[in-house]
Amino acid sequence: MKIIVCVKQVPDAKDVRLDPITNTLAREGVQSIMNPYDQHALEEAVRLKDELGAEVVVLTMGPPQAGEVLRQAIACGADHGVLVSDRAFAGADTWATSYTLAQAVNTLGGADLILCGKQAIDGDTAQVGPGLAMRLDIPFVTCVQKVREADASGLVVERMMDDGYDVVAVDYPALLTVVKDLNIPRVPSLKGKMRAKKAVLQTLSAADVGADPALIGLAGSPTQVVRVFPPEPRGERTVLSGTLDEQVSELARRLSAYL
Amino acid sequence: MDYFLSEEQEMIVETARQIADERIIPARAELDEKHEFPRAILNEMARADLFAVPIPEEYGGFGGGCIDNVLALEQLGRGCVGVGTAFAANILGIYPIMIAGSDEMKNRYLPDVATGKKFAAFGLTEANAGSDASGIRTTAVLDGDEWVINGTKQWITNGGEAQIYTVVAITDRSRGPRGASMFVIEEGDPGFTCGPKEKKMGIRASSTTELIFKDCRIPKDRLIGRAGTGFITVMKTLDSSRPGIAALGLGLAQGALDEAASYAKQRIQFGKPIISFQAVQHLLADMAIQLEAARALVYGAARHIDAHPKDMSKVSSMCKVYATDMAMKVTTDAVQVMGGYGFMCEYPVEKMMRDAKILQIYEGTNQIQRNVIGQELNKEYARN
Repeated sequence: MKIIVCVKQVPDAKDVRLDPITNTLAREGVQSIMNPYDQHALEEAVRLKDELGAEVVVLTMGPPQAGEVLRQAIACGADHGVLVSDRAFAGADTWATSYTLAQAVNTLGGADLILCGKQAIDGDTAQVGPGLAMRLDIPFVTCVQKVREADASGLVVERMMDDGYDVVAVDYPALLTVVKDLNIPRVPSLKGKMRAKKAVLQTLSAADVGADPALIGLAGSPTQVVRVFPPEPRGERTVLSGTLDEQVSELARRLSAYL
Repeated sequence: MDYFLSEEQEMIVETARQIADERIIPARAELDEKHEFPRAILNEMARADLFAVPIPEEYGGFGGGCIDNVLALEQLGRGCVGVGTAFAANILGIYPIMIAGSDEMKNRYLPDVATGKKFAAFGLTEANAGSDASGIRTTAVLDGDEWVINGTKQWITNGGEAQIYTVVAITDRSRGPRGASMFVIEEGDPGFTCGPKEKKMGIRASSTTELIFKDCRIPKDRLIGRAGTGFITVMKTLDSSRPGIAALGLGLAQGALDEAASYAKQRIQFGKPIISFQAVQHLLADMAIQLEAARALVYGAARHIDAHPKDMSKVSSMCKVYATDMAMKVTTDAVQVMGGYGFMCEYPVEKMMRDAKILQIYEGTNQIQRNVIGQELNKEYARN
């Protein structure tokens, strides 16, 4: 069995600043991390590997420094890291990204199961996972909060909904996007970190994945970002502290001023 | 300060720090309140290979030295000394096997401890044998192919939670200290039980019980090393393990300083953060000075010990005394900086102050450590 986990390197949300001139995310000097949702996808893949026996391949598209998240994934138990990297991919939106990742998955010989985080915390689109499944023409289940059963032919999972959850049975090949309720990601082991340090990552270029130049990067991206701006501040807010009773009486006192 | 750690040592620190921050700190108040053993956290540490750090590579470990163990324990102690004590006592429990056990014995026990499948404890103390180990009453008598053990060990960390116990018993009372031997007792051995968990002032996440032996029969090959070498093994074990207790003190004091300093920046009195007042600054400065001095001593001692020097006992005792007395002082001052809030259970420093006290007592009281240092000095200066 082969599992591919798609991960993305993102700026740490604890440390986000906007460039005051361009209004885009200031990435310089900001710590990069593996997208938190992807950490849960990876953890589930490693658990399935422990349970069923599987090869776990971790896949990312990004600049060369995105190799760091592949090494982090190997430290957590992934077997192999693949970096899809080419200047021609720059400016890709979710349409072009899902095309590029699908080409990479096919180049790697496909997978029984593909796991993705629900969304990345920088773009927040939640489109790449489903987009990738559509490109590969395989079934997908989004927002998976629990894997109930897993065997060599398929899975039974819970899909988080606004008003509860659905129970979905799906056969391989399939793609899941996952939410944080799914599991608690492990602390990478010392042996894993040493393996990660020595691991040789596979790098794939646009040519390696047989990508059509018209469908990748800025050229392949129908989305145009017209303007980026910070929303207007919503006025002054106060957070009350103390015990619940103290907070309630303080709130009542403040409201009484308006009566 | 930069202590010039190797890349592997940085990995150990990073792993232990992540476990302290993400697993231990969010759970410590509840573990303390409920006297609950941190089984899930220890499993996570095992999965992260922290138990493998001091175990030789041929038995599935990393072959790390005293310094590597110190680095891990410092981070765990910053999280919770109760959890750190459970971890430290596991290593204490296998030191006798690593120091004096046969290859066969090492093969039987060490790989399972390295993976966390089995957990260990060390049994020396008895009701009448604390600082004075010659008061040991537990006996072991050879009967055919079995040793028969009788007696009761007291205040044994990891009691009831461990699967492997290394225990001191007298095999020949007429020979005094040369009549003591060490044995491996396994959970489930006939005649071996653990008492109820003791209630304690601090380190409540750790388990402390009696070990009770009533005609406990174990196979002959559970003897560690040769009969009569028990005290030597105990002394070597404690020389190796004491810097780990010093490291718990470092971590504890660091945690207390972090809490006190960040509180002092936020707490406003007389219209200013209290960290702007010289009285508070001096308290914090003294805490930081003592902590860094202790860290330099503990790291230096641990590296010295890894070279197997002749004065290992003295150096090991020195770092244990200095770092644990420092931890008591720094945690007490952290409560002082935080005033009434420091005294309340809602804030972590009152627990830190309670936890600090045991560090001055267990693995040899700080008074006994001073005896060791004084006796070594007496010997050194007699030679000159």
